[in-house]
Amino acid sequence: MRALLTNRNFAIGLLLTSVFVAGALISFLWTPHDTSGVDIANKLKKPLSEGYLLGTDHFGRDILSMIMVGARTSIAVAVVAVGIGIVIGVPLGLAAAASQGSLMDEIIMRSNDLVFAFPSLVIAILITAIFGPSAVNAIIAIGIFNVPVFARLTRGAALSLWKRDYVLSAQVAGKGPARISFEHILPNVTNLLIVQGTIQFSLGILAEAGLSYVGLGAQPPIPSWGRMLAESQTMISFAPHMALLPGLAIVFTVLGLNLMGDGLRDIFDPRIRREKR
Amino acid sequence: MCYKCVDIASWVQGGWRGQPGAARRIAKETRGWTIWLQASSQGTEILCILLFTSRALLPNLRPMLRYTLSRLQSLILSLIVASIVIFATVEVVPGDPASFMLGMNAQPDTIAALREQLGLDVPLWQRYLHWATGLLGGDFGTSYTYRTPISEMIGDRLWISLPLAIYALTLSTLIAFPAGILAATRRGSATDVGVMGITQLGVAIPNFWFAMLMVLVFAINLRWFSAGGFPGWEDPLLAMKALTLPAIALALPQASILARVMRSALLDTLSEDYVRTARAKGLTRRQTLWRHALRNALIPVLTIIGLQFSFLMAGAIIIENVFFLPGLGRLVFQAISQRDLIVVESVVMLLVFAVIIVNFAVDIAYAIVDPRLRGNR
Repeated sequence: MRALLTNRNFAIGLLLTSVFVAGALISFLWTPHDTSGVDIANKLKKPLSEGYLLGTDHFGRDILSMIMVGARTSIAVAVVAVGIGIVIGVPLGLAAAASQGSLMDEIIMRSNDLVFAFPSLVIAILITAIFGPSAVNAIIAIGIFNVPVFARLTRGAALSLWKRDYVLSAQVAGKGPARISFEHILPNVTNLLIVQGTIQFSLGILAEAGLSYVGLGAQPPIPSWGRMLAESQTMISFAPHMALLPGLAIVFTVLGLNLMGDGLRDIFDPRIRREKR
Repeated sequence: MCYKCVDIASWVQGGWRGQPGAARRIAKETRGWTIWLQASSQGTEILCILLFTSRALLPNLRPMLRYTLSRLQSLILSLIVASIVIFATVEVVPGDPASFMLGMNAQPDTIAALREQLGLDVPLWQRYLHWATGLLGGDFGTSYTYRTPISEMIGDRLWISLPLAIYALTLSTLIAFPAGILAATRRGSATDVGVMGITQLGVAIPNFWFAMLMVLVFAINLRWFSAGGFPGWEDPLLAMKALTLPAIALALPQASILARVMRSALLDTLSEDYVRTARAKGLTRRQTLWRHALRNALIPVLTIIGLQFSFLMAGAIIIENVFFLPGLGRLVFQAISQRDLIVVESVVMLLVFAVIIVNFAVDIAYAIVDPRLRGNR
């Protein structure tokens, strides 16, 4: 724990990230103002106006409250999308590594390459074109894109672990490939997965913002940072705070997560190099 | 490829080579195959041979040719599978395009006639073959909404999206290379810390938000650029000017990533033995950097540039919406809102095609730069 907090990157990252996570959690219990109602009398207030720390938007909704509730959407989408990537990708990577060179390995890695050829936004476009835009479909689109990332990472790391002596002794002891994968390989790739997880988390937040911005993500009335930016675009010349603040929220959250990832990588193993294809 | 596939290959070859008449007769029984055969009877054979026999041929070829063939083989396979996946995904859509186009009150026989006209009355796999063979010849089909050939619609839009992606890629390379090289050669200095700080921020900034801020500063306040729209290519300078802000917005995150990759790759090669040897034999720092370290550092950088192309194509979709550029991105969103799925399908296929081709080119470029890679796939 000491090592964690003395790493400057990690400490700053943790601070930034926890501000937004805390904001999201608090928003379940309390927000400075209600975000669902329209209050035209108080519309387009500048930041630091009385009662409205960050000002209001064109419907008179408090921007601080909107950002707090929007953090919920961003974090939820990113967490579930990373979860999908880990839950599907890691077992696939373990299986591919356990059966290295076999037909299964080949199929898993080729299909990963295939998914990689679809940028996440393209997957999202395809999915929303078919099932209509929604937060759930955004999660699926970002999640699918995460699967090959984790599968590749796991396979790469697991392959070198399979050559270790302790795996050999486990094999001699009669353990099957599935059991070895979960008892000996998985615990040793966890660090890598955590680091990659934070990075994918930040990419997920960016992707969700982008999708919501073009209207393929969370739909009204669910507040989302990306849609706040989309709504602010036509008013940017006379209400720039509407565009600045949600954007800064995205930047700080993503920055925090990236710094945390960098810090964790240094802490876990200074020698870890990220797998390059 | 596996060894089982080679068995299948010899079987397929036997079928095709030994009794071409029989194979074709069976195939001709259905319309789809006839179209397929007419379009590319020779192509199919070459395709089959490429797909299945390269493993048997490979050991006898020179490494570079062998490597290229094996990459080409996986390129074709991924294109086939990608097209099947895209086609199948779009087919899942509930609802019939013909009845959607004609509205609620259409007569059943009108709908049936339109279905026939659109080619929706034949079985699924025949439609796939028809679509896929059309793609090979550059024919994407006809838009449900506009009743114009999709290839024309895409052709027009491509003249905005492709230059934009190339412009952005050029910008990002021009920014990233000097920044990465500076940071690596002056490791630990204020320059290094500054570059790393800026790139850390650059990765975290959503490009469409950066685009909005640039519109606010350079278009609304300073009035140097227009806030959006595209004047056409009649005046190339004006057109490039209209693409400048979008290209900068697209390039920013990519340049940040690239600069970081450049820096770490260069740091790796700078600590290699051959760099020390080069210095020991009397080359200056600068000479060592340009002749030895940089060339070797280019390998990972090249991969990232290839990967970035796909992000640029996709990122352009969003950025085009910020600047109201009539490119592929706008086309896709229009098509989605009009349920013109065949257009969505074609644009997505085109994007995926571009990504696969670029990655193929990168793999080949990789092998040219680094002969060691030709040995294994």
